[in-house]
Formats: sequence, structure tokens, C-alpha cells
Amino acid sequence: MSFVEYGDTIKDGDTAIVFLGHESMFPVKVQHGTVTQTKYGVIRHSTDLIGKKYGSKVTCSKGGWVFILHPTPELWTMNLPHRTQILYSTDISIITMMLELKPGSIVCESGTGSGSLSHALIRTVAPTGHLYTVEFHQQRAEKAREEFREHGVEHLVTVTNQDVCKNGFGVSNIADAVFLDIPSPWEAIGHAKSALKAEGGRICSFSPCIEQVQRTCLAMEEYGFTEINTLEILLRVYNVKTISLQIPDLGKAAEDNSGTGFDSSNPSHQGSPCANLQQGAVQFKSGVPLREVVGHTGYLTFATKS
Amino acid sequence: AMEGGPGARIREGDCAVLKRDEVFKAVSVLRRRKIIFEKQWFYLDNAIGHVYGTTFEVTSGGNLQPKQEVEETTTETKEAGTDNRNIVDDGKSQKLTHDDIKALKDKGIKGQEIVQQLIENSTTFRDKTEFAQDKYIKKKKKKYEAVITIVKPSTRILSTMYYAREPGKINHLRYDTLAQMLTLGNIHAGIKMIVMETCAGLVLGAVMERMGGYGSIIQMYPGGGPVRAATGCFGFPKAFFDNLHEFPLSKVQSLLSGTFTETLPAEPEENTLVEEDSNGLSEDKQQEPEEEPPPEAPMDINPTEERDAMDINAEDAEFKESKEKENKENVREKQLKQWERRKKLREAAALLREKNADGLIVASKFHPTPLLLSLLEFVAPSRPFVVYCQYKEPLLECYTKLRERGGVINLKLSETWLRNYQVLPDRSHPKLTMSGGGGYLLSGITVVPEKGRAECAHAEETKLEEPSSKRCKLQGLPC
Repeated sequence: MSFVEYGDTIKDGDTAIVFLGHESMFPVKVQHGTVTQTKYGVIRHSTDLIGKKYGSKVTCSKGGWVFILHPTPELWTMNLPHRTQILYSTDISIITMMLELKPGSIVCESGTGSGSLSHALIRTVAPTGHLYTVEFHQQRAEKAREEFREHGVEHLVTVTNQDVCKNGFGVSNIADAVFLDIPSPWEAIGHAKSALKAEGGRICSFSPCIEQVQRTCLAMEEYGFTEINTLEILLRVYNVKTISLQIPDLGKAAEDNSGTGFDSSNPSHQGSPCANLQQGAVQFKSGVPLREVVGHTGYLTFATKS
Repeated sequence: AMEGGPGARIREGDCAVLKRDEVFKAVSVLRRRKIIFEKQWFYLDNAIGHVYGTTFEVTSGGNLQPKQEVEETTTETKEAGTDNRNIVDDGKSQKLTHDDIKALKDKGIKGQEIVQQLIENSTTFRDKTEFAQDKYIKKKKKKYEAVITIVKPSTRILSTMYYAREPGKINHLRYDTLAQMLTLGNIHAGIKMIVMETCAGLVLGAVMERMGGYGSIIQMYPGGGPVRAATGCFGFPKAFFDNLHEFPLSKVQSLLSGTFTETLPAEPEENTLVEEDSNGLSEDKQQEPEEEPPPEAPMDINPTEERDAMDINAEDAEFKESKEKENKENVREKQLKQWERRKKLREAAALLREKNADGLIVASKFHPTPLLLSLLEFVAPSRPFVVYCQYKEPLLECYTKLRERGGVINLKLSETWLRNYQVLPDRSHPKLTMSGGGGYLLSGITVVPEKGRAECAHAEETKLEEPSSKRCKLQGLPC
């Protein structure tokens, strides 16, 4: 496996995702002779994982079971060890499209952070593109390098440990796109411009606060960027549930079914709304929004160098 | 040199996109072809040879001229009011009449100068606040300065354009929703994708862009052939189409049940072809099962070209002979085309039969449930799939049926909201209008199917759909 190439079977050294159930999973480094503890019992890598097909059900020692999944940048984003606040797939998807990334694109990124976006960028620009990512925190830069190596994508990425606001991206006139997720992006706009190809490219800056956005937009204008556009994307997830609402007793006679306004001829079955008057309730499927959702991650400001 | 990257030049025959403010229009770059865009008409002749991203001014006679960067005359100290307490709307603040403005335009005076004159002849302009002056100028510029930018097509531009101009043709799939699909589907170079769409070929184009010509795509289509109007707007290099296959939806059932090859009649023309063609071709031929081509060619040869060829021949002295010869060649060409189509159909069928696709993307006008239940059979385990639907309700049903079927995990029903902002010093706020709906997505991951499927599906459903199951149990209802 690698994060840019699907493999069918689990191999020694792979990073796999152990899927326990709804929204519950974790990554595991597959190694001969190693065991992994889950709430359903132990998984023995040599016998339970290596050689098995990705997507297989694996029975653990206590009889419970899990699925072993092939890693993807999206699964990694949900499971990676946080060293910083990270970008999630909803923002990543619009960033990727609005930066017009595709195989062969050269991208500059700062900061690397926990590498959530980096993995997605690498996936998209492979096999002929490259990611130049800059992280001023030495340990984080080291850790990111190590992960890229483990995930089989080190040839597609260069991690530089320096301050992007002072020293830039370490490359010039090479990038098709630049992405900034730093506290003071306006200080890096000049460097971003010189990293982009002379003939042009796209830029994106992510900031949680509107004041940061304002300063960034002014800097972009100052450096001659056009098509400056700020947007925000929010994910709404729905739980699919069968809801049952009771029919109020209005004192109507039991034989007067039509009076309730519901069709009682339709027997109760899954997938379609139906009435069950014996129970005095109506059932239907609904997409119910989660009780609490993410209301704001950050503003995304895009612009073009032309 | 990377094709289509920044710095590419506008060439004759290119697919380009015209842009004015936030409005886009896709066009073919052709000489002496009149283009009408945003109430202006012009020719693209002069744009040829310029770099993509160049902004042009429309001059007299519909010519395009690269716009010169003009330094805004900000040196003079501006005069402005602080509030609008003394500004009265008497409809007389503009001293230039309609006819005056029309006369200026007819004289061919540049939009920039017209705007300047409008400002000078506005009695209230100096009393307006700085912000209001700014807004006034912007509004007038938009109306009188005829500038267009020619940009290189991309998923970003084409999906924005389609959503704004022809949302009905793409089932109201908003561009941020399309972006989600590409990410959730882990679309990247080298994979084998199944795409079923009725979005004018926009989703197909988006997938092709992300795969960059590496890997293969099998497009499932309803009716006579796949619609690829939007795909054409991307201007992909020819090589991108080498590994693009298509397969008719109406043959999915027979492919799944294994009756696909047997029931198809033999083609009589085949024998002549085998004789005439080169060795390599006839070898291929023998392996080919007798398959019926799709009812219509997905992309037929240009009919006008054919007619032109005929006209020339009509003038020929040896009319009959050449006509016969041509007929023969036409028949041969048709046979060759048919043969190629069958070969491609066979290849697509073979690719599907392997049942090892790396993902499935569905975005169509049809009910998603039957599509998913059938097409997921062709997808390998541990691969993502994404279904788009303009409405939420069919996806609720699809969710339930997939749970019953089993072989899928991590099912997620979602929607994204998109909000655009105006960011200006002291005037930042969300834009006045936002899109009401951009559709819904159901996504998930395939897993190795169970042997005793029904039981396990039920077990998982009980586990994952606790609220409803509990309720069912309590009330003793079948669920």
C-alpha cells in the first residue's frame, strides 16, 4: 500500500485503519510479531492481518470483529495524531478544487502542522507533481518527514524547516499553487508570489478570524493578485433514523380511520413512511441533523496571480 | 512542457472560458466567429496567441485589445461627505441625459471616459461618503467598461459556470458538492473508476482532470450514449480519452448474471473485415465475442464534413465510379467504427467483470438505490463510493437498502453550505445572497461481503441504527 496507490492485500510495514464501528477507528502500523489491543480483544498482525485482503472482517480474540481498511488521506485525517489544529476533508476538498490541483501540479504549503492537508495534496498531485511544505517547528517538521516516509510518499514531498514569513518557501517561480495556514499570512504573501510560476498560479489562505482575512486581502491586492474571493464551507451531517410520531387521540371513533388523515392500508415496512394505527403512531425515515455541529473552521481566501 | 498549465497561450480551436466579473461562458476559439457575451458582441481573432488570463477590452467592430493597466488617479485629494443627511433623491443629480450617454457610446468613446464624465456630471458625487463613491464608480465601471478575461477551463471554472448558468443540466450539483465528491471518492491518478452521471459530462470531466490521464474510467450511461457536452469544454488532450470506456446501463443486469456475451447476435460484416485487415487486427478479431454495439454512436463523425466530401465528388467527371468507391469506403469506415465500438464495449465489460474498481461515483437524475445496489458489485473491497442526489429522501432509502445489503461501512449522509464574503476595509460581511441548496451526498466504504449476508447486515444495522431499532423493539414492530 501507499497513500497514492491502492494495494489489495495487507503487507508488513503498511499503515492500515482498524474500523471498530460507527465513527470509531484508529490507524495501526502493520508489523510481523506485533499485537494490537482493541475493545474486542487482541489482533495478531502476523496471522490476523498480513496477507489478508483490505476490507476484510477480522475476528479478535474475544470474538468481536473489526474491519481493516486501506488508508486514504481522508481516513488519515480522521485518525492522525494531532500535533496542531488540523484541516478537515470538507475544507480540504474546496481548497483542492479552487487551487485547481491535479496530477503534475507543484504546490507550496505552510505550515505543515500535523500533515492532514499535506497527505491530501500529495495524493492529488501524484505521480508527477510535488509538494514543498514549510514548517517552522523543528519537531513537527521531523515528524512529518517520518510519516511521509512510512506512507510511501516521501518522493513526492520536500519538508523544509524554516519560517515562511522570513525565509519563504525555499523555491521560486516553480509553483502552480500556494496554500497558507499560518497566524499572519499577510507577511507571507510576497514570498507566495515569488514561489508561484512567473506566468501565474493560484493562492489560498486559511484564517479563523476576519481581521486576519482583511489584512491578507489587502496584502494580496498590494502584490497584484486578482480574483480575490473569500468563502466559508460548512458540513452538515445527517443521522438516518426511523422516527415515530404518536397520533393524538381526538376522541374519534376507532372505525373512522379516514378521519386521522393517514392511509392505514399500507403495512409497516422499512424504507417508506407508513402508519400503524393499532399502535397510534406514524413512522417515517428522516435525516436528522446532529445535535451539535461545527459552525466555523476558518475563512478561505482565494486569489490568482496572472 | 505541461499542457494546460499557467502560461499556456490561446490557440485556434481551443476550448476557452470568457469571464466578466463573476460570469463565465465556455466558447471554442474560432476565427471570424461572432461571440455574444454579457450583452456585448466581439470576435476572438485578436485573442489568439495571448496568454490565458489576459484581460481584453472590446473595441469598435468587436475587436479585442489587451487591456492596459491604468494607474488609478488617486493622487488628487478626494472630496467626500460623511453622511447622507443632505442628499435628496430628486432624480436630477445626473446632468447627462440618456441621449447624451448614448451619443458618447455611439462616438466610440472608451468606457473609462464615460464613467469619468458621469462622475463629473453628478452633482451629488462629492457629497457622497467615500464608500458610496467607491460603490458608484464600481457600478458604472461594470456597466460601461467592456472588459472580458479569457481563462483556461478547469473544474473550478466549469462547475461554477454550470451551476450559475445551467443548474438544471447538472441536477443542481453545486461546485462545493462536486469538490466533496472528488475528495470523498479519493479520486487520483492511476485508479480504476466507475462513473455514472447525467450531469452533461461535468462530473466525468472533473474525475478526468483529477486522474490526469493515469488509470481508467468506465462511464455507465443510460439510453443511446453518454452525454459529454461539458467534458468537451475541458479541452483535455486526446490521450485522456484512451482509457475512457463506456458501458450501457441497460446491459448491467446481463453482465452481472453472466448472460451478457451469450445472448448477443453475430455480426455479418465481421468476416469481410477480418480478410481485409492487417494481421494484428484480425488476431484481435478472433478473440472478440459477438456483441451488439450500443444503439447510437456516442460521438459520431461530423455530418457536415461528410456532406462536403459528397459535394466535391458530385462535380467529378467519373462520378459513378468514385461514388461507388466512396460508398465502399464509407461502408468500410462504418464497419471499422462499429468494430471499434464493439471492441471498446468488450473492453469495458471485461474491466467491469474483474469487479475490482477503485471507486464509484454516481450523480444522476435517476433514483440512486437501484444504481448503487447493482454498480457496487463491480467495486473492490475497502474502496470509497459517493452518491449525489438533489433530494435528501431518496438517499435515506438508499442508506437503508445498503444497510440491508451489507458489504458497506461508514455510511454518511451529508450536505455542505457555502457562504461567500465581501472583504473590504471597514465593510466586511457575508454576501447578501447564498445558494439555497447544492444537493446531498451519501458516501461510504466497501468491505468484503459476508457469506451469511442477511444476518450480519441485520446485526450491523442494529448496532449502527440504535435509536430506531430500540424504538422498534419497544413497540414490537417489524423493522
